[in-house]
Amino acid sequence: MYDVKKKFMTGAEIATQAAIDFGADTMYGYPITPVTEVFTNWIKQGQKYLQTEDEIAAGFAVCGAVMAGQKAFTATSGPGHILMQDALSMAEGMRLPFVAIVAQRGGPSSGTVIYSQQETTLACFGGNGEGLRLVYSPGTLAELYTLIRRAFNESWQYRFPAIILTDGYTVKTRGLVDLENLKVENVASAPLVKEGEIKHWPNIFTFEEELYTEVMKSKADFDKITAGVATAEEYQTEDAEILLIAHGIVGAATKVAVDQLREADKKVGLFRPITLRPLAVPQLNSIAKKVKKIVFIESSLGQLARIIKDELSPGVGASFEYLQCPGLGIEIEEIVNQVSKF
Amino acid sequence: MPEYIPAKFCAGCGYPIILMTLGRILEQKQLSKKAVMGLDIGCSLLAINALPINIFHTHHGRVTPTMLGFKRARPDSLCFGLTGDGGAYAIGWQSLFHSALRDEPITVIVVNNTVYAMTGGQTAPTTLPGQKTDTNPNGYDGATFFGPESLRHITHKDAYLARTAANNPKDIATYIEKAIATQSAGHFSLVEILSFCPTNWKTVGKATMDYVENLKKVYKVGEI
Ligand SMILES: Cc1ncc(C[n+]2csc(CCOP(=O)(O)OP(=O)(O)O)c2C)c(N)n1
Ligand code: SF4
Ligand SMILES: [Mg+2]
Repeated sequence: MYDVKKKFMTGAEIATQAAIDFGADTMYGYPITPVTEVFTNWIKQGQKYLQTEDEIAAGFAVCGAVMAGQKAFTATSGPGHILMQDALSMAEGMRLPFVAIVAQRGGPSSGTVIYSQQETTLACFGGNGEGLRLVYSPGTLAELYTLIRRAFNESWQYRFPAIILTDGYTVKTRGLVDLENLKVENVASAPLVKEGEIKHWPNIFTFEEELYTEVMKSKADFDKITAGVATAEEYQTEDAEILLIAHGIVGAATKVAVDQLREADKKVGLFRPITLRPLAVPQLNSIAKKVKKIVFIESSLGQLARIIKDELSPGVGASFEYLQCPGLGIEIEEIVNQVSKF
Repeated sequence: MPEYIPAKFCAGCGYPIILMTLGRILEQKQLSKKAVMGLDIGCSLLAINALPINIFHTHHGRVTPTMLGFKRARPDSLCFGLTGDGGAYAIGWQSLFHSALRDEPITVIVVNNTVYAMTGGQTAPTTLPGQKTDTNPNGYDGATFFGPESLRHITHKDAYLARTAANNPKDIATYIEKAIATQSAGHFSLVEILSFCPTNWKTVGKATMDYVENLKKVYKVGEI
């Protein structure tokens, strides 16, 4: 039966709608494929915006705007994501609610223009800091919406920069979604620099100890919110002997592959991190401890695998296998084929 | 109110004169509450505690886009970007140029000491021919950059551009007042101030003044 509440929307339209539903006020951007449509859709909706001279200016304008208490954001990809790290680093240092939608494209360099998972390390650990930022990896169009809403809310609530790490396939795909069912309460914005307050707010310090104290405070705050923010999907893990680990749309494809492999009596399960920063570490380890083999599946040469392996507890005895296709889409059949051999 | 900590500028530096003048104008005009000052990274960063107004650090070359973001979010605020000549005319030029072109209603104060002072005296776009710097030990032999003059070609007719010097505090006051009026009228403004850097110029007393007077022969002071 046709559900009238469902709408046929592209990922870019969904992303725009999520920002509007959060009450985002202004977007700063610089065109880059595959994320341009997020910007042009936003503009078509009659929203406030500025097309800046580059992503550096877009990023710093967002910093200035959020300091003034405005719900501002940006969207970028690949080479623009690299330039955006300058502002993201300031946002990390000053704990600004900086929200960026990043649709990955192939790299290095200008690479390809639609798809990859090669910006995972950059999103999670780019900059000259410690990766104290929130990074969300949506697997589906509906999740793109919910994670953008979460990113805005959690970034303003906890004051860490937030990146929604998606890709061009996701933002260009059109699908049926029921956004009404996904609505949530909005976190309010508040100025961080208030009129008449006389705040002197440094981001560069004279003494090592001063910076150390700042970073350790942020780390403690990040640890405090981790249990509430870190999210992952686990699927068919109860009796799994082989654990497949994938994120984003590769994670969604892997879930379907799990069903097909199960039909062939292969005892596989899925761990799909929904937040890459912070990662759901206890959940990961409780599953990883029970399996014989872990297979990392990603459109990069091990960027996800490194993040996960860094967090595996010593009790995990599984051996590792990899399906790594840098900058290449990974289809369900390929996952089924490869995993059948393990 | 934050604790008043004396700024860490070197003795004889031009920055404190500029800051004191700005502070006095804001107080006189009762604009201290509305004023927000972003600092580029250069010796400007030392101004973090200099005035009883809202002040924050940004990044080297990035004060202009940060302040336009603030201003667009809070049109009723009075936004200043304090930057060195390197921050304004080298690493930050792209943003400064386009902000001027778009006529962003912010006030950029460029402290031109003809060097990268914070990093120990390297060549800046404003370094004079023949001037010895860390990176041109035998004397600079490149072209000289004229910020306000370059911007005049692309700015709105009501944008305000001027140059003065740290030993002309009266003009600093007049020009900053006009820049504030320009911002309030919704236009871009920039005041460049030729400023003393005895530390990197390796000058003392009268030699510092002579140096600035000599600079004025190349960099014409006045409204542009
Ligand atoms: C991206 C980046 N590159 C380089 C630096 C190092 N750096 C700090 S201040 C500065 C030069 C400052 O010169 P200027 O802008 O003229 O200011 P001044 O110190 O002379 O007042 C440089 C190169 C930095 N902080 N950030
Ligand atoms: S190095 Fe030069 S510009 Fe910097 S504080 Fe000292 S005198 Fe002033
Ligand atoms: Mg300088």
